[in-house]
Amino acid sequence: MTADEKPKPAKKKIIPHKHPMAEQSPAERVRNYKEVPRGYDVATAVAEAGRCIQCDNATCIGGCPVEIDIPGFVNAIAREDFTEAIRVMKSYNNLPAVCGRVCPQETQCEQVCVLAKKFEPVAVGRLERFIADYDAERHVCPPPEIAAAKNKKVAVVGAGPAGLTVAGDLARMGYGVTLFEAFHATGGVLRYGIPEFRLPKAILDREVEYVRSLGVDIQCNMVIGKTYTVKELLGELGFGAVFIGTGAGLPRWMGVPGENFIGVYSANEWLTRINLMRAYEFPEYDTPIWAGKNAIVVGGGNTAMDSVRTALRMGAARASIYYRRSEVEMPARVEEYHHARQEGVVFRFLVAPVRVFGDDNGWVKGMEFQEMTLGEPDDSGRRRPVPKEGSNFTVDCDMVVVAVGTYPNPIIPETTPELELTKWGTIKIDEATGATSIPGVFAGGDIVTGGATVISAMGAGKRAARGVDAYLTAK
Amino acid sequence: MGYKVLARDDITSESVRMKVAAPHIARKCEPGQFIMFRINEKGERIPLTIADFDRAQGTITIIFQKVGKSTYHLAELQVGAEIRDFVGPLGRHMDVGKIGTVACLGGGLGIAPIYPKVRALKEAGNNVVSIIGARRKDLVILEAEMRAQSNELYVTTDDGSYGLHGFVTDQLKLLVDGGRKFDSCLAVGPIPMMEAACKLTRDLKLPTLVSLDTLMVDGTGMCGSCRVTVAGKTKFTCVDGPVFDGHAVDWAEAKSRQCRYRPQEAEALEKYRRERGAS
Repeated sequence: MTADEKPKPAKKKIIPHKHPMAEQSPAERVRNYKEVPRGYDVATAVAEAGRCIQCDNATCIGGCPVEIDIPGFVNAIAREDFTEAIRVMKSYNNLPAVCGRVCPQETQCEQVCVLAKKFEPVAVGRLERFIADYDAERHVCPPPEIAAAKNKKVAVVGAGPAGLTVAGDLARMGYGVTLFEAFHATGGVLRYGIPEFRLPKAILDREVEYVRSLGVDIQCNMVIGKTYTVKELLGELGFGAVFIGTGAGLPRWMGVPGENFIGVYSANEWLTRINLMRAYEFPEYDTPIWAGKNAIVVGGGNTAMDSVRTALRMGAARASIYYRRSEVEMPARVEEYHHARQEGVVFRFLVAPVRVFGDDNGWVKGMEFQEMTLGEPDDSGRRRPVPKEGSNFTVDCDMVVVAVGTYPNPIIPETTPELELTKWGTIKIDEATGATSIPGVFAGGDIVTGGATVISAMGAGKRAARGVDAYLTAK
Repeated sequence: MGYKVLARDDITSESVRMKVAAPHIARKCEPGQFIMFRINEKGERIPLTIADFDRAQGTITIIFQKVGKSTYHLAELQVGAEIRDFVGPLGRHMDVGKIGTVACLGGGLGIAPIYPKVRALKEAGNNVVSIIGARRKDLVILEAEMRAQSNELYVTTDDGSYGLHGFVTDQLKLLVDGGRKFDSCLAVGPIPMMEAACKLTRDLKLPTLVSLDTLMVDGTGMCGSCRVTVAGKTKFTCVDGPVFDGHAVDWAEAKSRQCRYRPQEAEALEKYRRERGAS
């Protein structure tokens, strides 16, 4: 057979659907904290990777905030070259096991997948998770290249997704990086916010260990702004640059009467007691929690889904979401919404809180809501909820979790008066470099954007790492 | 790695004074601020007011009453032992200026957190009249230290075993009835004592600051466990306090929120004692 006669690869018949990922059944998982999806096995991952048609113009890359070479790593999986797949992945992303689990792929890489025009997109998220987990079990990834030491120090503040990304990238460039964390443990929202059943702590620990293995010195129990100010880091502590990635950790309240009754939690408190402090294992762990049997969660984002599904696992007989817009405007990741539905969460859409009722001892006993209709789009592009006159109603409950968003953490802005802020209290930066109004001080993640996604914080971290490098190189 | 206990003594049968190596906190802290500790990997995060500090030695002194599992456990630590986590200084420090004559009321374990504030007020040139009280004589703490930092010191006990038989507020009332004039008041202690002090000083039109000791998780403004209503607005004790205008605090709410984990706290302490007894 001559070269000319070699048959062209037959046009692949495209499998229209993603390969499903095995999951714990809803009845089983709703009473435990184990991870819900079990991940792909090798054969399924290779078959799913084979669905990728390797477009010349790979739109998926543009859909990724850190611009991972998606066709590259997917193709390596299809070829069963797992070492190459994880090498490609880790050259872009220090935390693939996290991103594979918590990214909203349906609005990023998978949304712009060419297959998605006719079929389901390639399951990029599941493949990312697969290759990260494969490497964690078999350690196939070659050690990362670390540039020669530069003898310049950088302080990174906040060990969440943005901070871990900046720290990892700068360490690889040869900088001496110290990562300061206010809590006793790393991970930021990945640890205190996202529950075990969605992101097991062992997986987070693994990713943090990887960043540490790049040479990053991680110091917990350091509240920058209090223990040391940003000015002190740049001055007497001798850091050439500082990156601020302190997140949007301040809870936003509903602003209705009765919000301080006992049993009304901010999502941050509810989730932090359980995820970070492991109150679900009380009294083996010391931190107490009070969990209701009839829980209302107000909000429609991922944090609301995490809170309501946690309420079920804490023993609630009834756990409900009350959201002021409709199903289509909910910012939660589609998978989380489906999982919540499967687990029996009750959804009430187009309802806004009016007040919280308490008993004589100060414990919550119910809520009043008002029905909404959707009006014109607001600043976010979503249709604005408009109150319906005379539609108020009350419901009983014994616990409320307020998951209506967060504000930027004020400790650094308050103790760094020279730092220029926006009217929302977020830090103003140059988008391309992450530079703030103070020379040598950079910022990124939720402290800049307000509450957003893990991957957008990591994208900001990548840009800021390049910004810090350019600044210190020129200095 | 942890934070080493350098010295400890039982100042009463119920409370312990402990000096902890924490140079990075000692170099920075000011009167009114607090630390949070976590005893070990399974521990709860507990706030404690900084009772004293030594910048040169790099030490923080805490004084705490054994009330729950964490404080009983902490009290067991001997010199050389390590506390797993120790973070601070947290909260806003108290603005200390020259005010004039200041009545400083310390009730029970509130004497420990009021002590550094009294010292700062004295150093700022104020005439400091301190009134400290406890349930009975052997529970009065820091009497000598308080006397040294005050222009006048009065002691009260609930059972009359020492000083005036009554509450700190009774002593303040006696002084005021006797014609003493005060420009300001600072009251630190259990909620009922601070509430009673504020009730009295409101009638006297005497501006009063209090220092709240609420339940916290992170101590950095993230969770709102420590929220309290002050002048009709929700404030976080950890980042907006712990010092507030006592006349504006919603005491009924503060009281109910403070008690919300009582059953769990009792359960944890019971389990700790059982396991200690068995080992």
